Amino acid sequence: MPIVEVNGVDKVYQQGDIEIHALKDIHLSIAPGSFAAIAGPSGSGKTTLLNMIGGLDLPDHGDVIVDGCHFSEMNQSQLAELRLNRIGFVFQSYNLIPVLSAVENVEYVMLLQGVEKVERRERAMAMLDEVGLSEKYHNRPSELSGGQQQRVAVARAIVSNPAIVLADEPTANLDSKTGEGLLKIMAAMNEKRNVTFIFSTHDKMVMDYAHRLVLLRDGMIADDEFK
Amino acid sequence: MELLLAWRNIWRNPRRTVIIMIAVIIGIWTMIALTSLMRGMVNDMFENGISTLTGDIKLYASGYHNDPSIEYRIDDPNSVMSEIAKALPYDSKYAARVRVNAIASNARHSIGLTLVGIDPDKEAGVSFIGNGVVGGRMISEDDNNAIVIGQALLEKFETRIGHKLILMSQDSQNEIASRAFKIVGVYRAKLQSTEKQYVFASKHSAQKMLGIGNGVSEISIVINDHEKYEQTAQNIRAILKNSDIEVYTWKDLLPMLKAYMEIFDGFVVLWYLVVFVAMAFGIVNTMLMAVFERMREFGLLKALGMKPSLILRSVLIESGIILIMGVIAGNLLAFGSVMMVAATGIDLSALASGFEYVGMSSAIYPEILLNDVLLANVVVLVLGLAVSTYPAVKASRITPVEAMAHT
Ligand SMILES: Nc1ncnc2c1ncn2[C@@H]1O[C@H](COP(=O)(O)OP(=O)(O)O)[C@@H](O)[C@H]1O
Ligand SMILES: [Mg+2]
Repeated sequence: MPIVEVNGVDKVYQQGDIEIHALKDIHLSIAPGSFAAIAGPSGSGKTTLLNMIGGLDLPDHGDVIVDGCHFSEMNQSQLAELRLNRIGFVFQSYNLIPVLSAVENVEYVMLLQGVEKVERRERAMAMLDEVGLSEKYHNRPSELSGGQQQRVAVARAIVSNPAIVLADEPTANLDSKTGEGLLKIMAAMNEKRNVTFIFSTHDKMVMDYAHRLVLLRDGMIADDEFK
Repeated sequence: MELLLAWRNIWRNPRRTVIIMIAVIIGIWTMIALTSLMRGMVNDMFENGISTLTGDIKLYASGYHNDPSIEYRIDDPNSVMSEIAKALPYDSKYAARVRVNAIASNARHSIGLTLVGIDPDKEAGVSFIGNGVVGGRMISEDDNNAIVIGQALLEKFETRIGHKLILMSQDSQNEIASRAFKIVGVYRAKLQSTEKQYVFASKHSAQKMLGIGNGVSEISIVINDHEKYEQTAQNIRAILKNSDIEVYTWKDLLPMLKAYMEIFDGFVVLWYLVVFVAMAFGIVNTMLMAVFERMREFGLLKALGMKPSLILRSVLIESGIILIMGVIAGNLLAFGSVMMVAATGIDLSALASGFEYVGMSSAIYPEILLNDVLLANVVVLVLGLAVSTYPAVKASRITPVEAMAHT
């Protein structure tokens, strides 16, 4: 049974008088434990598709099913609950709360989940250790490099024990070496914990890490390749 | 962690936080300080009113209130007092007086005033005359033809202590009674009008002049705890219900004072609202700026699964902390400044004649009432939080997709 199913999703944005058909009749199903990349040129609909899968935005037609939950049957509050407990997010930038330290940023989602204080701190530290930031627990985001910030974001996305992690161009603001380092960490998490990763990119190096490559063009799936 | 986060967010832009705090501090400060000044004024008016021969409660023979003439008397004040003794709080004081309209004259002047026959020993703590004599001496109980008059009257008559005044009035038989009194002392009152109005003789000499035996016009009662006057008056009325004595409270006797006090109460509430509205604009604007700057963050938190209600709450906690800090500082400032001023009083002598008109002294001692302080604090905290919900709702409504477009 797939962990993510996208069934005939359409999304149209209204920009002034023009309609932008960002996604056209997308069908996609992703198996648990996948490490899948959504690739395509800028404006092809990658962010829009990830937003649909993450329940951040709702399709005009069709349905998205994550971990057995049909988004079309859920209200905003239920979607928030699902995101909190089943979906981890890594964005391209502005991932972290600036006034919280690295470890506090990782803890914050667990606070929202209602995890006890002591357990929160332990799990957050262990997760930062795993992404190689043992030295940086107490640094604020502004004191971390771009790559370190993205690693904190990955730690935060994983720590809540989600079914899937969605990462929208996580390496777009990093140099290729740092980007590759982040990809390796994500790949290791995927292998070790069997968490499903779905990430978007237009970077060839990142695509090489993916086990599956979904190619978008003008809001449609142009190619879907398993490696 | 919620509080910690709020605390850190507050200090992300210290200038903005300080602006809100200053608005709150000034608001609270002006609320409390000005109200306490007004309370001081009202108190002063009240004390003046009570001590100018009114008291908290007054007993008259029925008829006297409508027609204050010697015809209506309490014939046996002592037995009345022993009857009602059990209705009075233990620390009450009272004084029985003869009071009659009279004309005073000497070789040069003639003027209408009120002759009051008093027990000099009984007046201390009941009316201003108890301790009001500043020159010469107080009349004594068995002085036969001695009077004490006000400084203003003394000047008006161009006379001095030791000289005589002729007092003329109607006696109990409606005959003209006239008698020469020697001025033995001069008193000062807070108001010049009082000094011109009242001339004091011993009760017994007034009774003799008017031919009224032991009769008196009024019994004035002062209760230490002024708040109890209404209940005490009720109790006295119950005891005296079969007699021909009527019981009045200061509110019956000084209706203007009562009206002033009510106006002041309304004014306090109005004043609080005015100050608050000015403050509220500052709070809302500044909080809105703070929230708009952080829209991306609120979008991120929502994407991570934070419920709108929690975002609302976190913004309210931030403004709550700022409000509480401002309120604490504002209270300290208000208490400090009021206490500083209260030690010496505020001298309003430059404006004295205007204030005298409404029955106020020339120095005001501001007084802080717990209720006013509570009201000011509650108004600022509760309404402050209430207006903060507007920016808070804005923050909670942002969708992650909008927020990501918001740079
Ligand atoms: N909020 C929006 N309003 C209007 N048009 C949008 C909005 N978001 C995306 N689009 C349009 O939808 C198309 C797909 O955008 P997006 O999913 O961001 O592509 P990608 O992430 O692949 O660059 C683009 O043409 C973009 O301009
Ligand atoms: Mg994009």
